[in-house]
Amino acid sequence: MKLSNLFAVGKKLDNQQRITVSIFSFLLPIFIWSLVSYAPFIWHPKVEISSPGEVGYFKQGMLIDREIFDKEVEAAINESKTIPQGTPANPIYLPAPHEVVIALYTAFTTEPKRRSEKWLHESLWDSIQVIFWGFVLSSLFGVPLGILAGTYDVFSKLFEPFIEFFRYLPAPAFGALAVAVLGIYDAPKIAIIFIGTFFQQVLVVSNTTRKLDPALLEAAMTLGAKKLSLLFRVVIPGIITHLYKDLRLLLGWAWTYLIVAELIGTSSGITWFITQQARYKNFENVFAAIIIIGVIGLTTDLILAALGKKMFIWEKSKAKA
Amino acid sequence: MTHIELPSYLDQSADVKDRFDRMKQRPVTLKVNNLHKKFMSSHGEVVALKDINFETYKREFVCVIGPSGCGKSTLIRILAGLETPTSGEVLLDGKAVDGPSQERGMVFQGYTLFPWLTIKKNVMFGLEMAGHSKASSEEQAFQWIDLVGLSKFANAYPHQLSGGMKQRVAIARALANQPRILLMDEPFGALDAQTRAKMQSYLHEIWKNIDVTILFITHDLDEAIYLADRVLVLKANPGEVHEMIEVPVPHPRSPDDLLSPEFLATKKRLEELIHPPETDVAINQDHLNMVRMVSIDNEVESVF
Repeated sequence: MKLSNLFAVGKKLDNQQRITVSIFSFLLPIFIWSLVSYAPFIWHPKVEISSPGEVGYFKQGMLIDREIFDKEVEAAINESKTIPQGTPANPIYLPAPHEVVIALYTAFTTEPKRRSEKWLHESLWDSIQVIFWGFVLSSLFGVPLGILAGTYDVFSKLFEPFIEFFRYLPAPAFGALAVAVLGIYDAPKIAIIFIGTFFQQVLVVSNTTRKLDPALLEAAMTLGAKKLSLLFRVVIPGIITHLYKDLRLLLGWAWTYLIVAELIGTSSGITWFITQQARYKNFENVFAAIIIIGVIGLTTDLILAALGKKMFIWEKSKAKA
Repeated sequence: MTHIELPSYLDQSADVKDRFDRMKQRPVTLKVNNLHKKFMSSHGEVVALKDINFETYKREFVCVIGPSGCGKSTLIRILAGLETPTSGEVLLDGKAVDGPSQERGMVFQGYTLFPWLTIKKNVMFGLEMAGHSKASSEEQAFQWIDLVGLSKFANAYPHQLSGGMKQRVAIARALANQPRILLMDEPFGALDAQTRAKMQSYLHEIWKNIDVTILFITHDLDEAIYLADRVLVLKANPGEVHEMIEVPVPHPRSPDDLLSPEFLATKKRLEELIHPPETDVAINQDHLNMVRMVSIDNEVESVF
């Protein structure tokens, strides 16, 4: 395997290369993170006190700016007091990889501080339900409207101008309104995800529908297909594979509205966990939670992609040919 | 240009003349009356078709030929009902055409098989639209797939087929509805020369054995003469009927006929109509500005 092969313009890598390079796509950021965490000369702007010496306000385990620490050491030497000891450290908001790995495990096993609070897995499950209902409700209305707008110009002109306007209104801005109308529990959160997804969805789906080859519609018409059968037997099956890809993409967008949505009313779900842990300065738990969101998102997408391959056989074999 | 003395394309042998006489006794399938089509474009009004009149007889094979921009695609799309004429009318068996319908089947130049359906289901599509039951559609579909020789591929998807096979399925799909007329818009235009010749023979075989009138658009003169009973020649800007030529080549035809005197005479006439002798101005404006760009001591001094 020649290295120059990796940089051939417009050529696909062979399977083994692709897998290797894809693994590197994860290894690279982890490597940079490790480098910053474990190699003291790169960043480490703080000093963790191991023995406070005779400096009054130093305490063991305290994080102090390096400049202040150096000044105190100098002062201690000048005044021939016991010199404070310490090791270079990163700020508390950047935990090292191994701390986050441990937190990934302990976050699930640590009992909540108060009895009314939820375990991490319960918080996660709440979040997944909010996303699920928000997305399902949005798709229930967004997909049919998008297909109608993409198929019939009259619906396109009827819906799209207003939706174009509405999609610029930031979904979180409706938070207070949603709480006033729908209460403080899950309903307003679902509403925010709905607002964030729905308007984009109609536009994306109508655009996908418009991309259907008009020759297929003409062929169907010369074969005797009329209005409704054109819609159900040609338009929908004709766009279904692209529609499915759109929905996978939009599901990703729905996740980005989750954090804002969960801050509305009573804070809940994974967001509640994250803010709570940040308050206690358990940043390794914060990182763990963020990574869990990423893992859930990526896994869902991979599962949906695999399902898509099962459902749309004609697409799968096209890729092989 | 030609050194051989060719007969006139108007000379017909007794057999051929007799066949044309009998053909004209048959009922008229398609009748086009004073068809006009105008488009509005950014350069103003464009007349695509002007005063088109012609008729086809039952089970006749008519080819439409003309230079690019003569509106032959517009014509066939109007006949299919996919576009509406500005004025004039199209009659099929005496009834005015209004919108697309399964009695006018169409085969397009691009591959328009439904990629999500197997070959069998593609052919069943029209039958199901016409209200046949699933079982009966399936049975008929198999017959048509068999007719185009693709039984082995009944359960394959379109992308697994070669271009020629796809067009055979498209023909089977259009014929399954038993249309009164089959409209074909440069159906073999995207195929390589060999596949194209084979498809022409297949199409002739199918046409002979089925009760269908065919109107076939092409820009290939050989294809038009080889396939057609009569060739409708259009001229461009605006698209008007130049001449309706009765092809004097006797049936049944084979690829050997491409060199027969009747064939060559017809081709000469089509050449004259479609590529008229260029005027001096046109020649002077369009030529290569060639200077010798080979070094003097090149090993090969001249290619001759």
